[in-house]
Amino acid sequence: MAENTKWVISGAPHVHGPESVTKIMWGVVIALIPSFLVSVYFFGLQALLLTVVTVLSCLLFEFIINRFCFKRPCSLGDGSAMITGLLLALNLPSDLPLWMAIVGAFVAIGIAKWAYGGLGQNPFNPALVGRVFLLISFPVAMTHWPAPKALFGGTALTDALSGATPLGFAKEALKTGMPASEIANSLPAYSDLFFGNMAGSMGEISAIAILLGGLYMLCRKIITWHIPVTFLGSAFIFSGILWLCSPDKFMDPVFHLLTGGIMLGAVFMATDMVTSPMTAKGKIIFGIGCGVLTVLIRTFGAYPEGVSFAILIMNALVPLINRGCTPKRFATSK
Amino acid sequence: MKTFNIGGVHPHDNKLNTEAPVKELPIPQQVCVMVSQHLGAPSQPIVKKGDKVKVGTVLTQNDAFLGAVVHSPVSGTVNKIADIPDASNYPKPAIFIDVEGDEWEESIDRSPEIKREIELDAPAIIQKVKDMGIVGMGGACFPTHVKLMPPKDAKAEFLLLNGVECEPYLTCDYRLMLDHAEEIMIGASILMKALDVKQAIVGIEANKPKAIEHMSEVAKSFPGISVQALKMKYPQGAEKQLIKALTGRAVPSGKLPINVGCVVDNVATCYAVYQAVQKNMPLVQRTVTVTGPSIKEPTNFLARFGTPVSAFLEAVGGIPQDTGKVISGGPMMGKSIMSAEATSVKGMSGILVLPESEAHRNNVYPCIRCGKCVDACPMGLEPYLIAASTAAKNFEQTEKARVMDCIECGCCQFTCPSNRSLLDNVKLGKATVGKIIRARNAK
Repeated sequence: MAENTKWVISGAPHVHGPESVTKIMWGVVIALIPSFLVSVYFFGLQALLLTVVTVLSCLLFEFIINRFCFKRPCSLGDGSAMITGLLLALNLPSDLPLWMAIVGAFVAIGIAKWAYGGLGQNPFNPALVGRVFLLISFPVAMTHWPAPKALFGGTALTDALSGATPLGFAKEALKTGMPASEIANSLPAYSDLFFGNMAGSMGEISAIAILLGGLYMLCRKIITWHIPVTFLGSAFIFSGILWLCSPDKFMDPVFHLLTGGIMLGAVFMATDMVTSPMTAKGKIIFGIGCGVLTVLIRTFGAYPEGVSFAILIMNALVPLINRGCTPKRFATSK
Repeated sequence: MKTFNIGGVHPHDNKLNTEAPVKELPIPQQVCVMVSQHLGAPSQPIVKKGDKVKVGTVLTQNDAFLGAVVHSPVSGTVNKIADIPDASNYPKPAIFIDVEGDEWEESIDRSPEIKREIELDAPAIIQKVKDMGIVGMGGACFPTHVKLMPPKDAKAEFLLLNGVECEPYLTCDYRLMLDHAEEIMIGASILMKALDVKQAIVGIEANKPKAIEHMSEVAKSFPGISVQALKMKYPQGAEKQLIKALTGRAVPSGKLPINVGCVVDNVATCYAVYQAVQKNMPLVQRTVTVTGPSIKEPTNFLARFGTPVSAFLEAVGGIPQDTGKVISGGPMMGKSIMSAEATSVKGMSGILVLPESEAHRNNVYPCIRCGKCVDACPMGLEPYLIAASTAAKNFEQTEKARVMDCIECGCCQFTCPSNRSLLDNVKLGKATVGKIIRARNAK
């Protein structure tokens, strides 16, 4: 029966669901489009150039390391290097020297990802490692932000805050003893913060653009609600408690949610599948840890911003969380 | 609508040509009856070359507790006893019979009348079910009489009938429920009498509204039997998941359904029990779904056991040009078979022909720790962890990750975006850990 010998023999199941790594990764890329467009709108072609350079250098490092060090088939198609590049770019100030971005891309792809064995093996979010490396190595360049200008318009939308993010401004002002309520008066209105009209890293400024992307990922089931909601919720509650204790010494919780990288972190960085826990319970613990650490670092630490550090610290705890948070077993579940 | 509580996936149900009537498959010139067609200790043939047999003549013996006999599905002469590959592709002993006519044992009642009155008492029913070679027809082939003899410390409260048919493509149970609802209900009543239970529930998934309606209508005249519609979700037809969905009870790890007062039988098994007890008819034939995207007219056939797969495929117009894989059973848990010479057995519910384009697995990517396998697992296990620890030969961790609870439904692999061969590894881990546990207990 020669004709029969060509039938494929394999174990069950013989059908597969619609999910694939490639679909998930490109889904994330699509979800990042609104934030990217907003950053180009506010920071101009400079933002576009920085993004292109960062993404291309991530792809290049991915290709070189994969091809020459690991000698594996090309992995660019899975889209993961593309995402790392995009996320890294969106975590940078738009006027960062391009060579620094390339260094960041090398750290993200080469050290944070491939030194551990490539996709799926890295304990820390590669884009965040790249960003934190740059922040520590080039503190001046990484904490200087151009003021947002509408694309092609050329005029600054906000005069007050060029050079400092609202978070940095508030931190400095609080140190001088200025009451929080007065600080709030010299900051952009919350509606401006919501739409992204403030100084900051390219992708973090517009809460609405990030939330749009997050909603898309939720609908596509790329992420679940657990991490973003608990991250933002715990940050809101914790900073709210501090604010209620002493409204003059601490900024209000809405300010904390709308400024800095917390939105970008909660929706895109902390939800990275590779570096977040597996089960719903684990994700909730992870999200709460991220939120509380963020507020702790912001209010009591040396840096005005703590999202990156908070997520990286929680990344380190993921294996422990996974071990402690086993799924609901069949027989013991109600 | 009811369903089980955790995990599960939603494969496309692909039930094709469901309204076509069941056709009787012509008896082939030679059948090849597998000697052991049940889960448990192997049987021994009691016929030899040259023996004349009729339909219903006992071909094998089995003295083990977990054993079932096989009857001749045809009349004719035993040609030889030799090994042939079955659906698992391993060679197993089989009895080859050259078919001559279609003469049945005189004791078998082949009249079409439905006999409702149950004359036998409980022990006689159990003996009859055993003698007629009845096994679970959902695929596992567990000897049915063993389920009717619960251990002394356990008491059955519910008889659950499995009409879920959650495997995509398969429609044989659906047809059976439409065509033989009354016989199924009588079979259920027989099982209820044997088990001394007062309540039976038939579980049917919502994608079979006609079967739900018809079975509910027929059930009205059977006290104690009700029909429950279930929300579509794979693997609802798995024993533990069905018990959970219908009664809310969870069978603890390492325990049997009877430990929570349940006995589960497939609707096809109930039909076989009816025929065995009321008509004295041994299990010699069953309904088999022959289906697939390239099959012109997917059909349910009533066919004698021992019929080669090739005969089924000829009856639907031959093996399609683009055939890449042939599966015994459904696409989620069925086995891909090597040759069309494999023959039908008691547990073969379907023959699924997949085209070349659907025969291969997709490219494998590294695990991205998305946790989708954990969400999909209906037993609440961590398939990624079991698979990884097995691949690393760390069987201590495999055991700790509760690999023995795995029901091998395949949800993890179905859902994995990286197309990883999770179930292959989990099965290997389960087999190895099973051996380790048996060796430990033997000490």
